[in-house]
Amino acid sequence: MANYFLDTPVYKHHLHHPLMKRIVEVKERNYADRNVYDYAPIDFEDAMDSYEKVLEIVGEICADSIAPNAPEVDLQGPSLANGRVSYALGTQGNMETVRKAGLMGMAMPRRYGGLNFPCVPYIMAADMVSRADAGFENLWGLQDCAETLYEFGSEDQRQRYIPRVCSGETMSMDLTEPDAGSDLQSVMLRATYSREDNCWYLNGVKRFITNGDADIHLVLARSEEATKDGRGLSLFIYDKRNGGVNVRRIENKLGIKGSPTCELVYKNARAELCGERRLGLIKYVMALMNSARLGIMAQAVGLSEAACWEAYAYARERKQFGKAIMGFPAVYEMLALMRAKADASRAMLYETARFVDLYKVLEDVSKERKLLPEERQEMKKYGKLADAFTPMGKAMTTEYANQNAYDAIQIHGGSGFMKDYTCERLYRDARITNIYEGTTQLQVVAAIRHVTTGTYLSQIRDYEALHYNPEMENLKQKLMEMTTRYESIVTIVTEPKDSEYLDFHARRMVEAAAHCILGYLLLQDANADPYFRRSAEVYVRYAQAEVDGIYSCITRSDRKDLGYFKVE
Amino acid sequence: MSLKIIVLAKQVPDTRNVGKDAMKADGTVNRSVLPAIFNPEDLNALEQALRLKDTHPGATVTLLTMGPQRAAEIIREGLYRGADKGYLLTDRAFAGADTLATSYALAMAIRKIKTYDLILCGRQAIDGDTAQVGPQVAEKLGLAQITYAEAIRKVENGKITVVRRLERGIETVEATLPVVVTVNGTAPACRPRNARYVQKYKHAKTIAEQQNAHADYLHLFNARAYLNLEEWSAAEVNADVRLCGLSGSPTKVKKIENVVFQTKESKTMEPTDEHINELMKELITNHTIA
Repeated sequence: MANYFLDTPVYKHHLHHPLMKRIVEVKERNYADRNVYDYAPIDFEDAMDSYEKVLEIVGEICADSIAPNAPEVDLQGPSLANGRVSYALGTQGNMETVRKAGLMGMAMPRRYGGLNFPCVPYIMAADMVSRADAGFENLWGLQDCAETLYEFGSEDQRQRYIPRVCSGETMSMDLTEPDAGSDLQSVMLRATYSREDNCWYLNGVKRFITNGDADIHLVLARSEEATKDGRGLSLFIYDKRNGGVNVRRIENKLGIKGSPTCELVYKNARAELCGERRLGLIKYVMALMNSARLGIMAQAVGLSEAACWEAYAYARERKQFGKAIMGFPAVYEMLALMRAKADASRAMLYETARFVDLYKVLEDVSKERKLLPEERQEMKKYGKLADAFTPMGKAMTTEYANQNAYDAIQIHGGSGFMKDYTCERLYRDARITNIYEGTTQLQVVAAIRHVTTGTYLSQIRDYEALHYNPEMENLKQKLMEMTTRYESIVTIVTEPKDSEYLDFHARRMVEAAAHCILGYLLLQDANADPYFRRSAEVYVRYAQAEVDGIYSCITRSDRKDLGYFKVE
Repeated sequence: MSLKIIVLAKQVPDTRNVGKDAMKADGTVNRSVLPAIFNPEDLNALEQALRLKDTHPGATVTLLTMGPQRAAEIIREGLYRGADKGYLLTDRAFAGADTLATSYALAMAIRKIKTYDLILCGRQAIDGDTAQVGPQVAEKLGLAQITYAEAIRKVENGKITVVRRLERGIETVEATLPVVVTVNGTAPACRPRNARYVQKYKHAKTIAEQQNAHADYLHLFNARAYLNLEEWSAAEVNADVRLCGLSGSPTKVKKIENVVFQTKESKTMEPTDEHINELMKELITNHTIA
């Protein structure tokens, strides 16, 4: 019996971060559920032990079921008949296994049938699922929609829908339309209220909807006639049991082929409003997107990890010129860098997940009672950090997943180009991660204000102030040099107060900040566990060269240069 | 009437991944280097039981295992997957049992459980490979037995319909309850552990294990009855100790030989049509392929 959770000790390392104590104690409201539910933890140690035991189940399912099913699922894909989607056989099997293991609704409160897990262990499960099959991670990750229902739905809606998700019904978030992709303000799907029937009816078309034939849909639609912008949009719940939505086509995609991406036609589909009118996009979808982005980060990290394993296994076995190819500097450098990027990505993923956890859990508590002043402070701090780290993390981890998948094929040589090896699937699957839930370019748009307002710099300073083992002093020196360079390019770019010039260099600045942050996170990992030392050494060297390049590019650039790049 | 199912399960050394230290110099199994696992075909049997529980409201699944204290793990593994309770049959008197002594002890424990409609167990255990315990239990209890089961088609009106996997095909048979059914490894694999059950039962311990339990959790054993795993000694199941363990075992291992696999008659062939033709002819002549 193979087991991802047990065969890769880094998961446990990230699970046992010191901040978990605070997260779990707030999440469990001082363990009040222990007298109500027979599966609730008694204390902190008990909760951590439960997370480990449940993640062990996930690790086993990933290695024994989901990963072995992946090649067949990739080949077969879902099919469409009479407006309904059937998953590939392997996907059906995976869903059944996950349901029987009681893993759906992992992060939902126990009173709705969930496991009440914090974000960190939930995201860790997603990380492993994606390593087994990134396409299946989409179906797994759509559990997130239940969180939106929990946060913004009425108590009646929570009680009617969340237990269904916890018992294994699937969800989808229906946002994109043919003319509303990155720009969701132009969503046209019409929602009309019928006083007679006391409900809303949806009419129109949605496109690129992941798991579009789900049991329960969250739908962004225009409820305010004659409006054109985001303030005319509301969020609706559509229950498949009511009928009215058909799947017109399943897209034929490059990757994540097991996950059905659908075009949906709404014909008088009965729906109910979720939350308040007009807040659909500006409040609810923004929240939904943030947790979805964290899910995509987990998907990217899982793919990066899988790419490392595939490349390493091949490089160790494959012999050329009388020795295993991993013995050649050109190959072992690639392997080391892949490992460093995967470890750095994972460090970023869990740091972000912890910020999201603390922020969300305190916000949830604030609905039950007034927060103490220091708790309010805490919530504000972590809310801001979650807001800053989510787009940066999504941008970096998904780009690294693509780079790792690319290098995995490179290490396989000609064989990697053939369908016989897993690396080609990873390459195809990784390609969407830096596109959906906001392209890397859009993550930069979200992240750049934290460059200009100094959120990243102050967090880097906090990391700098931590204690590091003396043998890592030289790495810390490098990171301090990188930080100095980051500071000066921010000054150079922001000084002219030219927004186009800022946009032009935005990605470079976000990346420079990210290199410092990822470097410090790996240093902290190496502090706690010597396993990470190599990745820290490799990553910081790589990152410093990158920051030097960015510094060189920006210090030599001029606002006039933009003209050479502009396309008329 | 709600269905009462007993599943017999054994903890075995994992002989599927045997390394060079698997046997001791004296020829006995070196259990300390082999991980102890749930006998694979007993898991297939458990799955059949759990499927009946899924489809028959009110059905209960009880695990029965014989072994040393650490075999309590088998009961927990069963509870994690959906079994309702379990008994650990443990006593020094049971040590060294062959299949006859084992089936005697199990049959006595089943008599003590008293009410049951169906007894399920794996076809055989991977440590002994005898496939005798299931049939012997049936004999001792005077019950009908269905061996090599691959699927239980239905259970209704006091009758059970079972599909058997045999050497030359499959056979569907019907029997009157109660009955003993031994399940093949070709039956569906067991479901995964369930996240809620794992969290509910992870503190479940036998009295002996409770002595080593963490002080913070001791109060749970009083508060939550289901966390106390029952263990039975030979006396508690009214077993005659002379018929148990080594003294009740007519089978004596006379001698054990280490078999070392090595290539004796290997041939190297070129991947050409000519050589493949020759090989095919040879294989047909010596009846390796028909």
